Amino acid sequence: MNLTLQNFMSSISTESPSSNGKYAIEARNLNLYYGSFMAVKNVTLPIERQKITAIIGPSGCGKTTMLRSFNRMNDLVPSAHSEGEVLFMGQNINDPGVDPVEVRRHIGMVFQKPNPFPKSIYENIAWGARINGFRGSKSELDDLVERSLRSAALWDEVKDKLQQSGLSLSGGQQQRLCIARAIAVKPDIILMDEPCSALDPIATLKIEELMRVLAKDYTIIIVTHNMQQAARVSDFTAFFTMDEDRAGYLKEFGVTTQIFTYPHEKLTEDYITGRFG
Amino acid sequence: MKHGSNPTDMSKSNDSQMVNNLPQRHRISWIWRLVFQVSTIVGIITLAALLYNILNSTFGYIVIETKVDPTSLTSSSLPVEELTKEQLITILKERISQGAFRTLDRQMPFDKRTRDEVYNLVWERVIKPDVKVTYSLVDSIIHKADIEATVAKDYPQAKLVFRSWLTPRFITTPQASVPLFAGVQTALLGSLWTIAITILFAFPLGVGAAIYLEEYASGNFINRAIQTNINNLAGVPSIIYGMLGLAIFVRSLEPITSGAFLGVVEDPTTANGRTILSAGLTLAILVLPLIIINGQEAIRAVPNSLRQASYGLGATKWQTVWHHVLPNAIPGILTGTILAVSRAIGETAPLVVVGASTFITFNPTSPFSKFTTLPIQIYQWTARPQDDFRNIAAAAIIVLLILLLALNATAILLRNRYSRGLA
Repeated sequence: MNLTLQNFMSSISTESPSSNGKYAIEARNLNLYYGSFMAVKNVTLPIERQKITAIIGPSGCGKTTMLRSFNRMNDLVPSAHSEGEVLFMGQNINDPGVDPVEVRRHIGMVFQKPNPFPKSIYENIAWGARINGFRGSKSELDDLVERSLRSAALWDEVKDKLQQSGLSLSGGQQQRLCIARAIAVKPDIILMDEPCSALDPIATLKIEELMRVLAKDYTIIIVTHNMQQAARVSDFTAFFTMDEDRAGYLKEFGVTTQIFTYPHEKLTEDYITGRFG
Repeated sequence: MKHGSNPTDMSKSNDSQMVNNLPQRHRISWIWRLVFQVSTIVGIITLAALLYNILNSTFGYIVIETKVDPTSLTSSSLPVEELTKEQLITILKERISQGAFRTLDRQMPFDKRTRDEVYNLVWERVIKPDVKVTYSLVDSIIHKADIEATVAKDYPQAKLVFRSWLTPRFITTPQASVPLFAGVQTALLGSLWTIAITILFAFPLGVGAAIYLEEYASGNFINRAIQTNINNLAGVPSIIYGMLGLAIFVRSLEPITSGAFLGVVEDPTTANGRTILSAGLTLAILVLPLIIINGQEAIRAVPNSLRQASYGLGATKWQTVWHHVLPNAIPGILTGTILAVSRAIGETAPLVVVGASTFITFNPTSPFSKFTTLPIQIYQWTARPQDDFRNIAAAAIIVLLILLLALNATAILLRNRYSRGLA
């Protein structure tokens, strides 16, 4: 790797990882609203570095809203607003002075349905780097694309057809392309919103294996409906449920093995044993 | 289903609340299918009737009488078609008055005119053919013998010829007062100039407004009011836009639309702002609401997941719009623009108000020229009482249809090129 590429990489993660204490990102007393409707109530959720944190819970309890508050994607919904803090690198990302575009560059996202751009596989990866000010040569960009695709365990399958459309891939490959696209801009945190819900079991298994590998370098937060998945891949689990006003709140949070073997809360036990939800 | 009944006998296995009305339901579907087919067929018949009408007038027999026999013009044995330019000028000099000859020379010196132009002048000024009767295409084919007999009896001096009014000469000749010599070049170029200016202004403005309304504008009262008004504007009668164009472009902005601000007023008659620029701008505001509405539809159809993916990578709003929303919406935007431009090409009323010229024989050379357009030309020709004006009107309609088809084909090709780049 030569100089320009290194500059680009370091400029993307300028702040050192130690500036936010021990956590990668941390929600403190966070309330999220859609208009006057309270979707998430008083959540305090610290996310450990380079670990996988799973958010589980019944439908409509605000899991996705919670996840999207970590990179201000809720800003795209006109009626959405929040109270409380989301601390990232020692700063509340909801502060008026914080640019959401900058936040999203550091905190990438993978969506429920694979959504590659209708461009070539190569362009899907290179675009994120380009718009974020990549100034390297063509060969450096090629290098970045290759490493991103390798990190997403997709390189061997697509190396001979980089100029084909990203939409020509299968669903599982498309989702891994989306992961490669997200890691090409070297984020600190990757948010995954039910990344396997549209995939078959084999593709799901590949993504789960990939997540374990990626956790060596990245902090991952995943929303999932699939409790086996949470139990298989995550290090920490946050169980959300909702109160009588349909506002979601954090019922229990802990190490995954503890949540799935000795849950402290009766409700958590009922949910993970399939008695409701 | 009751126990004990035969499961294969479906009509009897239904319980009492479920009547077997399948034949009736099939009959209803069949009737609706018939209704839809009939509507399609009526549409096709109407179109076919229109085409029949036009073609019927474009071709057919005509009876021509000449004031002067062309063979009497020259002493030599050469027919008039093969004379040189100098010989033709001599004929012209001998046969028309000196004053008329000088006037022609003043309009454009003879040494600058081509041989074909002089040849046409000889026909117009000396030979003076006169169309006595015209027959439709169908009559010409079915009643050929009858026509020949009638003509031989009623017009012994005249010649019966089969004429196609739509010829290459018709397209490359400017307007003239005699249908036999008239062409649509002036009107065709006028239409092309006007449409070019319309697209130049309406397309960027319309797409820009569509992007703003879809991607940037919030749903507050003012924006909703703007949206409602744009939707209503698309339905305003075109003559109203003509009056608006007259007030704004011809009257208020006269120094600009006449070219005076650049010092390029072409001749005193265009100093009043009745120029191609005024016409193009008027048509631009006429089609602007259509382009905005169609553009908005196209932008709305871009899946939101693309925008989210883009924002999720740290793209700004502009990067998202430019790299993802617009490329995906452009086929739809182009389709909408095709429809809007097709409408603009056919517009007559607003241009009459803005001041299209009724009779000009000089081609437009700049946005500040006087102009006429194809629909205006057709309208004027159909309003004439003589039969042969109807024939050239029909020929001009065909030219207009071909122009429309050509523009649409170009836009479809463009659209397909963009669509291929996406998938």
